Amino acid sequence: MIWNPNKECMSRDEMSALQGKRLHKIVEYVYHNVPFYRNKLQELDIRPDDIQTIEDIKKLPFTTKKDLRDNYPFGLQAAPQSQIIRIHASSGTTGNPTIVGYTRKDIGVWSECMARCLTAYGVTRDDIFSVAYGYGLFTGGLGAHYGVEHIGASCIPAGTGNTEKHLKLIRDLGITGLACTPSYALYLAETMDKLGIRKEDIKLRVGAFGAEPWTENMRQEIQERLGLKGYNIYGLSEVMGPSVSYECQMQHGSHICEDHFYPEIINPVTLEPLPAGQSGELVFTTLTKEGMPVLRYRTRDLCSLLPGTCDCGRTAVRMSRIEGRSDDMLIIRGINVFPSQVESVVLSMPEFAPRYMLVVDRVNNLDTLQVQVEIRQEFFTGVFDTPAAVDQLEKKLAAKLKSVLSIAAKVQLKAPGTIERSQGKSAHVIDKRKL
Amino acid sequence: MTIPQLSIFIENRSGTLITVLNVLKQAGIQIIASTIADTAEYGIYRLICSEPMRACEELKKAGVAVALSGVFALEIDDQPGRAADAVKTFSEAGISITYMYSFLLRGKGILVFRTDDNDHAAAVITSNQLKTIDESALTALV
Ligand SMILES: [Zn+2]
Repeated sequence: MIWNPNKECMSRDEMSALQGKRLHKIVEYVYHNVPFYRNKLQELDIRPDDIQTIEDIKKLPFTTKKDLRDNYPFGLQAAPQSQIIRIHASSGTTGNPTIVGYTRKDIGVWSECMARCLTAYGVTRDDIFSVAYGYGLFTGGLGAHYGVEHIGASCIPAGTGNTEKHLKLIRDLGITGLACTPSYALYLAETMDKLGIRKEDIKLRVGAFGAEPWTENMRQEIQERLGLKGYNIYGLSEVMGPSVSYECQMQHGSHICEDHFYPEIINPVTLEPLPAGQSGELVFTTLTKEGMPVLRYRTRDLCSLLPGTCDCGRTAVRMSRIEGRSDDMLIIRGINVFPSQVESVVLSMPEFAPRYMLVVDRVNNLDTLQVQVEIRQEFFTGVFDTPAAVDQLEKKLAAKLKSVLSIAAKVQLKAPGTIERSQGKSAHVIDKRKL
Repeated sequence: MTIPQLSIFIENRSGTLITVLNVLKQAGIQIIASTIADTAEYGIYRLICSEPMRACEELKKAGVAVALSGVFALEIDDQPGRAADAVKTFSEAGISITYMYSFLLRGKGILVFRTDDNDHAAAVITSNQLKTIDESALTALV
């Protein structure tokens, strides 16, 4: 099913024309309302009338997370405070959080995009849908919540706490839909096992998973253990929140709501736009946002765009899975290493739990990489009564890592449940190098 | 011919061993003999105890990586040279001892070990009329 066929299945020519029109309007809007952008555009000698078609976007300056922090709290807000009805703040591990204000129209657009997303997953007003993203300053909870209500399904604002009570509701109320991080979905599955709840006891059929990178293997595991079909949902608070893009029934790339968020892929080093199909850093320009519009916001997420009409009928461009973060990229002994590469290897071996930690250090001027993984309880059998047997298992993983990463990694086996689970953006790296 | 031994994966961090021991304590399990094969980062804690099946289940419930396997327990006289005699028997039969530890039971020495060929070892024990103890002998102890 398609929520808004007019937009989701628009012809490419019509979409480009609409995007060009909206780009001109948004540039004019920020030029007159955000001193930060007016200064930047004036420095480049660009006036709003220079931007007429979507191709003109290449002339515009980029916006970075640092720009958002430097203009804390309201420096990039375009709408007057009286028009702002909601403010979210993204978690900043360093410095100020990013403050994002939304007007009533912004919340409406967000709900619309979320409705497109849920409809693509097959969610209807007949579903009981549980939102287990964090509610509060994080955009996940309320973002998904408004979309669920918008399509008329019954929304359960479960949040992330009290997993056992949540599972009771999933079983007793016959909840059919679930939105949460993929790692929380696995945590739910583990808790189900602990409580003796089988997947036959519950009615979950659709899962909207996002807010952290995950892999195809992780999807298979979640689908198998919870008995549902799991779809990717992508978004970021600087641009809107969840539902900037969403998978369809094909589960092959996520359709971008490109009438609202214009995507580009750039080379993260040269900042040059890359042709369709090539991997690089994803950049978004908000085409309709009033509260805090952004021009060419660098997401730091690495992926590629998949053009062409999808088998589902949508023409909206798709983005691939996030392959890594341009700022997560580790350079170890001169080789680019992404935590997601390690993840795919760990998830391909059933002996290990789907959790891992990369510890990078420098010993005698040589970078070292250690990968910590948890052995699964059910795979620790009687053969592991000697360290030699454990070493063999570690070596098996080390060999696979070497072939994927092109550098040697030392594997350290950890006891079950000892690597921290994440309920939001995953943190998988400890870099001890003092450079 | 073998007795059950628990093998437990223990990380080299403070608090990991006591977690395991507390589970056994709360379950009322008595430890009869134990040894740790340690490496720089972890150890394999091998344990002979009362009610090994129940001990294994309780540890699993507590999230511990634990498994049961069979090991030989040979009874020898508590006198100098008896362990050497026993090991020599296996060595002459071409069997390698993977690991071994010992404890005293009612004035007798008990050698616990695993070999690289347990079927062969069992045959050697039978043909040499070596005395092994079984699980019931351990249960009688506690
Ligand atoms: Zn599609």
